[in-house]
Amino acid sequence: MNTIDIDIDGLAYRVKSGVSLLTACQTLGLDLPYFCWHPALGSVGACRQCAVIQYRDAADSLGRLTMACMTPVTDGMRVSIAAEQAQRFRGVNIELLMTNHPHDCPVCEEGGECHLQDMTLLSGHTRRRYRGLKRTHKNQYLGPFLNHEMNRCIACYRCVRFYADYAGGSDLQVLGMHHNVYFGRFEDGALENEFSGNLAEVCPTGVFTDKTFSAHYARKWDLQTAPSVCVHCGLGCNISPGERYGRLRRVVNRYHGDINGYFLCDRGRFGYDFVNSPERIRTPRLDNHAEIAADAAQQRFRAMLNGHLPAIGIGSPRASLETNFALRSLVGAENFYAGLDGGEQAMLETIRDLLADGGVHTPSLREVEQADAVLILGEDPVNTAPRLGLALRQTVRNAAFRRAGELGLPPWRDAAVRELEKQHRSPLFIASICPTRLDDVAGRCYRASPQDIARLGFAVAHCLDGQAPSPAGLDAAQQALAAEIAAALRQAARPLIVSGTGCGELAAIQAAYNVARALRPNGGQLVFSVPESNSLGLTMMAGKPLQQAFRRVAEHTAGCVIIVENDLYRRAPAQAVDAFLQQAAQVVVIDCLPHQTAARAGLLLPAATYAESAGTLVNNEGRAQRYFPVYPPPEPVRGAWQWLLAAMDNSDCRHFDDLTAACAQAFPALAGIVAAAPDAAFRVDAMKIPRQPPRYSGRTAMLADLKVSEPRQAQDAETALAFSMEGASVGIPAALQPVFWTPGWNSAQAVNRFQAEIGGHLSGGDGGIRLFEAAGEGAWFTQIPDAFRPEPGLWRVLPPPLHIFGGEELSLHAPALAERAPPPGVLLNPADAETLAVASGEWLVIASADGALSRCLPVKIEPTLACGLLVAAGLPDCIALAWAGPVTLQKGDRP
Amino acid sequence: MDAAAKPLTRNILPDRDYATLADYERSGGYQGLRRAVSELSPQAVQQQVSDAGLRGRGGAGFATGLKWSFVPTGEDAPKIRFMIANADEMEPGTFKDRLLMEKDPHQLLEGLIIAGYAIQATQAYIFLRGEYHLAARRLNQALLEARAGGYLGRHILGSNFSLDIHLHAGAGRYICGEETALINALEGKRANPRAKPPFPQVSGLWGKPTVVNNVETLCNIPHILHYGSAWYQSLGRGADKGTKLFGASGRVRRPGVWELPMGTPVREILEDHAGGMIPGYALRGFLPGGASTDFLLPEHLDVVMDYDAVSKAGSRLGTGTMIVLDDKTCPVRMVLNLQQFFAGESCGWCTPCRDGLPWVVVLLQAIIGGQGRSEDLDTLTDLVRMMAPGNTFCALAPGAMEPLQSALKFFRADFEAYITGKTPPLEQADEYY
Repeated sequence: MNTIDIDIDGLAYRVKSGVSLLTACQTLGLDLPYFCWHPALGSVGACRQCAVIQYRDAADSLGRLTMACMTPVTDGMRVSIAAEQAQRFRGVNIELLMTNHPHDCPVCEEGGECHLQDMTLLSGHTRRRYRGLKRTHKNQYLGPFLNHEMNRCIACYRCVRFYADYAGGSDLQVLGMHHNVYFGRFEDGALENEFSGNLAEVCPTGVFTDKTFSAHYARKWDLQTAPSVCVHCGLGCNISPGERYGRLRRVVNRYHGDINGYFLCDRGRFGYDFVNSPERIRTPRLDNHAEIAADAAQQRFRAMLNGHLPAIGIGSPRASLETNFALRSLVGAENFYAGLDGGEQAMLETIRDLLADGGVHTPSLREVEQADAVLILGEDPVNTAPRLGLALRQTVRNAAFRRAGELGLPPWRDAAVRELEKQHRSPLFIASICPTRLDDVAGRCYRASPQDIARLGFAVAHCLDGQAPSPAGLDAAQQALAAEIAAALRQAARPLIVSGTGCGELAAIQAAYNVARALRPNGGQLVFSVPESNSLGLTMMAGKPLQQAFRRVAEHTAGCVIIVENDLYRRAPAQAVDAFLQQAAQVVVIDCLPHQTAARAGLLLPAATYAESAGTLVNNEGRAQRYFPVYPPPEPVRGAWQWLLAAMDNSDCRHFDDLTAACAQAFPALAGIVAAAPDAAFRVDAMKIPRQPPRYSGRTAMLADLKVSEPRQAQDAETALAFSMEGASVGIPAALQPVFWTPGWNSAQAVNRFQAEIGGHLSGGDGGIRLFEAAGEGAWFTQIPDAFRPEPGLWRVLPPPLHIFGGEELSLHAPALAERAPPPGVLLNPADAETLAVASGEWLVIASADGALSRCLPVKIEPTLACGLLVAAGLPDCIALAWAGPVTLQKGDRP
Repeated sequence: MDAAAKPLTRNILPDRDYATLADYERSGGYQGLRRAVSELSPQAVQQQVSDAGLRGRGGAGFATGLKWSFVPTGEDAPKIRFMIANADEMEPGTFKDRLLMEKDPHQLLEGLIIAGYAIQATQAYIFLRGEYHLAARRLNQALLEARAGGYLGRHILGSNFSLDIHLHAGAGRYICGEETALINALEGKRANPRAKPPFPQVSGLWGKPTVVNNVETLCNIPHILHYGSAWYQSLGRGADKGTKLFGASGRVRRPGVWELPMGTPVREILEDHAGGMIPGYALRGFLPGGASTDFLLPEHLDVVMDYDAVSKAGSRLGTGTMIVLDDKTCPVRMVLNLQQFFAGESCGWCTPCRDGLPWVVVLLQAIIGGQGRSEDLDTLTDLVRMMAPGNTFCALAPGAMEPLQSALKFFRADFEAYITGKTPPLEQADEYY
């Protein structure tokens, strides 16, 4: 890192060169207020709040007012934050912003974590001189996620800069002019972009606030919080869930320098409400109706295990390593099944093996953003791994950043770089079945069947490296496209291939690997999207395929069946699951929410969610991360691993850490997980880390309606955190800090003070540990599928794309998210539609060839979908159709 | 005075609506273009304009030849470049470009084509104030004539240079006069100014090299090419070269606009050309270059209208069109009128301008309404300081502050009179505005 020396208010500082003066001041922890600047959005010089005095040289005593955000640091530069002229300018600037700002802090949900409050105090504006009327606005309905309170707006433009410029949204704009500028949609309606929730954090005041939080609001300082990891996809974004009165109130972004940075997707932010669902399984039940006490349930569980046939366990890709390992320990490795559909398991195992010894680097999301040429094979990342989609959207900007560098413009001059983007865009190629949410920035889109997507990938690999096998029978257009993609990737400094389980085609994953392998001399990288929070972790535990479990029961070689956090009806055809559950001697299900499988359980045990228990998850890049319980689960709910541990007679494991350690020992590839986070014995100055902030109110009174005397605080024997206000206050590693807060900085922007450098890694390192680094040589995949040929009268059903809203099991139980789930329907090519004489909006009967399965769904015509394919959207059980093989279609009537 | 001494207005005759192509050609029109494309290299054209000493007539006075020279040239330079005429004349009190476009549209076209040739533009635009309907009609007519006459389109006058001009009528925003806001508006975006660098000459319209010149500036160019830079230099009376359209509005006997040599004294303009004050009214002050320049006083009547001379007197040459304040018009109300205009025209991007100008309006309204407080003048001074040059994102608010700050200096007693209520303010004075 190149450093230079600058002088701020007479003190010498060494700062990183190339950054803006404002960034340097924030890195140094100096209190310089700002509004329009954002570390991820760069500088635009709109708010004029970060004014400082810059002196020409040592002799200059007058200096010149300048905006720190727009000023690059230069060696020997001399500036003053404290100069009277600068302070007065900043004070009057705030006064100007406040001329129209309502004095509604007591009833504003931003109050207490408001950047405007913080900056106003910092600037010393206390007395109002303005005597005019305030301008007022009408607010809009923006959907189930966000409130809109435009009167509070200080017109910093961060909302539109994030939403439109950064996230690619087109339905939030700035309207009007002069002091009547309005930030909203052209008419009321749900914000369309998948990252809209970030507006609640990007907005420096209370214009955009979390509507799901409003429904059960608490002040930030009254929330109990713990470091956590999002469970709604396979990326492992870091989150800070907040609880009060036993209810999970909200999720906010938790900065992770390698993964999510400053932003979350809306599924990750608003999916949390499943934890509060009235449908939650809260007591043990027999045969899905009779509630029994926890002790009785535990005894019943042990009794069930003592049958003459061995129990088998079915794990889950949404359960932690510890839970899966506890299950495996309970039933024995030979009786442990991963609980995945066979096709998915094969794809995940391939991904696992490629991560381990494919010899190609798997980038973090931070590295993904640096890619300067991207090929996506068969994924729609904004839906399957949304935060990856947002990172990929940034990649097209890299050519403009490079060009800016050539012109001597710093990369943080946002408006300038965005001007250059008109002429300089890094290539992004998307090969997918249907349109994706990144098509608007893609240079080329290719629509085809999964097989043909894989074939294109193989062809690209062959163009790059003659050793790689070549698919036969490509047409000239496909050849030309492959050559074009190969040329763009070869020219790039950091080419990236993206694939995953999204299109359900193993060959697409293999083709992606071939391309990346061919690009190894050019520094080619490969990132896979996996569907669930612990898909990869589970795959590393070598569970057997689900179909083998079915066979065990059918062959009467298994007794009790223990299913943990898994709805098998999402994994296998209903008939097969029905038969399995019917034939099983006994069925134990441990889960947090009801589903078809839970309904068939002889014994149903209530499991804690991620908010109430600890666990380790392995994300798509092979990074193990720990989530900590935010609050203790309400009795008799307990972590699934706790139910399983208690059922073991002769285990050495008594605590969570024991399980983690045993798991690490059992699987060499998982040896690193013990270092994913400090264990329960970790102390800061001999103290535990408090989950409740120092201003947590009502401790002695909040349960007084139940009992007058203050109950003893819940103890946490499993982690280094305490359900308390008391404990360490300084010296906590940033990655373990429940909330980023520092005096004077109450908003989300306090994260500035917990980073080694602004926008870099957390002080003391980001959380988690990478389990894989590129190793081995790998080998070409040579099995190239044939081109897809539609059979007359038959259609191939593709697995439903995992839509960001509704495509994931748990978050669908969050009402706000469910409201945004797309309506069920099928996509069909226009030619096919013509053959069938159906129009968009009409209904279609889909039947399996044997006639056993049939559904009637509305049709949407998708011109880019290949002939002979049918994509079922918005209906989880459409997956059953995909298993049914080719289907027949017939125009039907609306049922 | 002969036509050569008034090159810009030589075709504006009392008995003629406007100059057609034939009229224009008869007066030597398009000779400059012919010479440029047939005899001179683009660099030579730039050089000639630089030698002439032409400075931008839009208000900032930047050297035109120098502005052109920033356009990247050479093999690696982008092949697509744009030349734009800034015809968004919206400065209160300014109506000089309107005259040029309505009366002699071909002069602008020729200037624009030559400028386009000098930077090797591939397309040119005229960004016209939306309310200038007559100018739009005549420019469109002139464009048809020029295309038919071979002055516009492919292979202009048989040369290798091709260019077409598109007329774009703005949607009515003062800020579009700022060149980067104009470019954004032309792209269909909000008319907010852009941060510089990059300058438009490097990355302008649609990211391509772009030059934006004022209408009057461009109108000078045919003559510089036709008659040469030495001739052009001889036209000025002082430090600056050429002629300029000067105007006067307010209670003068003959408000209007006249083409006069650069360096003409204010007294000559106001007394000889505008005919002095209407009887019964005395001169109290004047804004020398339009609404966004500082007031000057009767004692400044002998200042010559040169960029530097007016600056030295404490104001700016601006557009060269004066607004005259008489002794029966309240300066506080005049300033309020201007501030209301500027507050309404702020694009809303940066804080001091967006929220400062409306506060200025509120304060002036309070003062005039009898609710003024003594500390209000300090607040106004604070706001003037907040909106000083460099403190805001573009020059709109600093320009707006010029009449206010000078009024606070020269006419402070009028402000105080409202506040103390001692002297009856000029409420009975008939409202000029």
